[in-house]
Amino acid sequence: MKNKKDQTAFHFMLAPSMIFLIIFSFIPMFGIVMAFQNYIPAKGITGSSWVGLDNFKFMLQIPDSKQIFANTIIIAVWKIIVGTIVSIVFALLLNEIRVRFAKRFMQTVVYLPNFLSWAILATVVMNIFSYEGPVNAVLSWFGIDPVLFMASNTWFRPMLVLTDVWKGFGYGSIIYLASLTAIDPGLYEAASIDGANRFKKLWYVTLPGLMPTILLVTTLNLPNVLNAGFDQIFNLYNPLVYQTADIIDTYVYRVGLVERQYSLGTTVGLLRSVVGIILILSANKLAQKLTDYRIF
Amino acid sequence: MYAHTVKSRIADVIIWVLLLAFTLSCLIPLVNLVAISFSDNAAASANMVSIFPVNPTFSSYEKLLSDTQFWRSFMISVERVVLGLLVNMVLMILTAYPLSKSSKQFRGQKIYMNLVIFAMLFSGGLIPTFMVVKELHLLDSIWALILPGAVPIGNVILLMNAFRAVPKSLEEAAKIDGASQWRILARIYLPVVKPTLATVALFTIVGHWNDYFGALVYISKTMNYPLQTYIQQLSVEVQNITDPEKLMELAKISNKTLNAAKIVVSTLPLLLIYPFMQKYFVSGIVVGSVKE
Repeated sequence: MKNKKDQTAFHFMLAPSMIFLIIFSFIPMFGIVMAFQNYIPAKGITGSSWVGLDNFKFMLQIPDSKQIFANTIIIAVWKIIVGTIVSIVFALLLNEIRVRFAKRFMQTVVYLPNFLSWAILATVVMNIFSYEGPVNAVLSWFGIDPVLFMASNTWFRPMLVLTDVWKGFGYGSIIYLASLTAIDPGLYEAASIDGANRFKKLWYVTLPGLMPTILLVTTLNLPNVLNAGFDQIFNLYNPLVYQTADIIDTYVYRVGLVERQYSLGTTVGLLRSVVGIILILSANKLAQKLTDYRIF
Repeated sequence: MYAHTVKSRIADVIIWVLLLAFTLSCLIPLVNLVAISFSDNAAASANMVSIFPVNPTFSSYEKLLSDTQFWRSFMISVERVVLGLLVNMVLMILTAYPLSKSSKQFRGQKIYMNLVIFAMLFSGGLIPTFMVVKELHLLDSIWALILPGAVPIGNVILLMNAFRAVPKSLEEAAKIDGASQWRILARIYLPVVKPTLATVALFTIVGHWNDYFGALVYISKTMNYPLQTYIQQLSVEVQNITDPEKLMELAKISNKTLNAAKIVVSTLPLLLIYPFMQKYFVSGIVVGSVKE
């Protein structure tokens, strides 16, 4: 009797969000048929002609698509590798100091950039690395010619990785700092008695203690190999560096919304979604297998 | 406990130097920005400003006061944060609570859960979503920035896990007293998960405040841009010029100090809540990621 009342309450609670999900998540999924059409806005989805897999064939033929897939993966993989290492190193360094005030202060400062948007940080970054900016000024002291960092295909990618890691390493280190505090102090005492020095303790106690977290975070990062950071690239790039910086998301935005090639944009987006799901599901399985953790 | 050997002291020095380098790398660019905003334009354009203002002046802030578009955008952002927070929090709580029940207690749980996960994993993508928003005649309205993301599923999952951690006995006691599920949620569950609520609320505020892209897609009148989109547009014109010489010229005439002041003011609200945020987001991340 009472339980029936509960069931009704639960359904009522979920009703509003289900309506929103249907309108803004499930209905757009039908839009995916545009990938199999020659979509013409004036004719709409019902009026446009079906072209089968032509859009996919076309996509595979244009040289751009190989480039953007390669760019996406290269940029994302570098970001994940460098980002993880820097976060861990920072957490380990911070863990070595005992002055509480300094620790607190440094943490507060390094978490901050993560909360600023790329719309804002792009201006900061472009200022610092501009032709006449501080970095080039320092280089000139050493007799190095100024570099157009943000307009050079050699430099743009390293700049993306550097600035992304800079923005995120503090925030990324939070989880490592948390799991460092969970390491049993008895292990350190035992290591001391065995005559281990500081470095040996780091190598034989701290790092192994951190390993499960590293494994977990890296696994959960796996789906991000298709996510090279739209916000960052969109705010920092320019036509000069499309060749090395254009990723799937920026390409879909330009081709799909700016140039209004709806079908091509949807096709590329669809491929990204499908590969993305496969990656997320595998990461979830893998994390469950390796560390007993499930995202959902 | 370490500082006995020379080797350990050298290690200490290296550690401090590295940590300081990390910290300063995050601090200096922001301090530099503030310094530029208080400097005079000639000095700023000549890149003479480091961490202290050169020829300190409030002139760019005075100019900013009369920039009506900036303040209009500022208010749009404030409005968006308030409305967005309200919509997101209500929907998040109402979604996460039933989903946190076992499928024994709530028979539909599995089906709803699968729908939510599916919506999280798969999406029609940018273009079909844009077309739906257009069909609903939401373009150029603030609701176009809020409603498509009304149910933030990542945060729902975080909240769901927090609800699950609440001891069952609390609910059972309330049920014996005849409380309805709505009452149990409001009186028992919400107070217990307050830290998690604070965490997701802060993520929501920051998310709405920082988003520039929604307006770029859904708002066509520049006049109606929220703050971050307005700021983003400042650098766009420079971006689309490919000739390096022209770029440099433009950089020279552009009003560097005024732009810096705009950025400082638009970051200020975040900096004001940041100290209160820290303890919440740190615990939120730890709860969300490290499970025993």
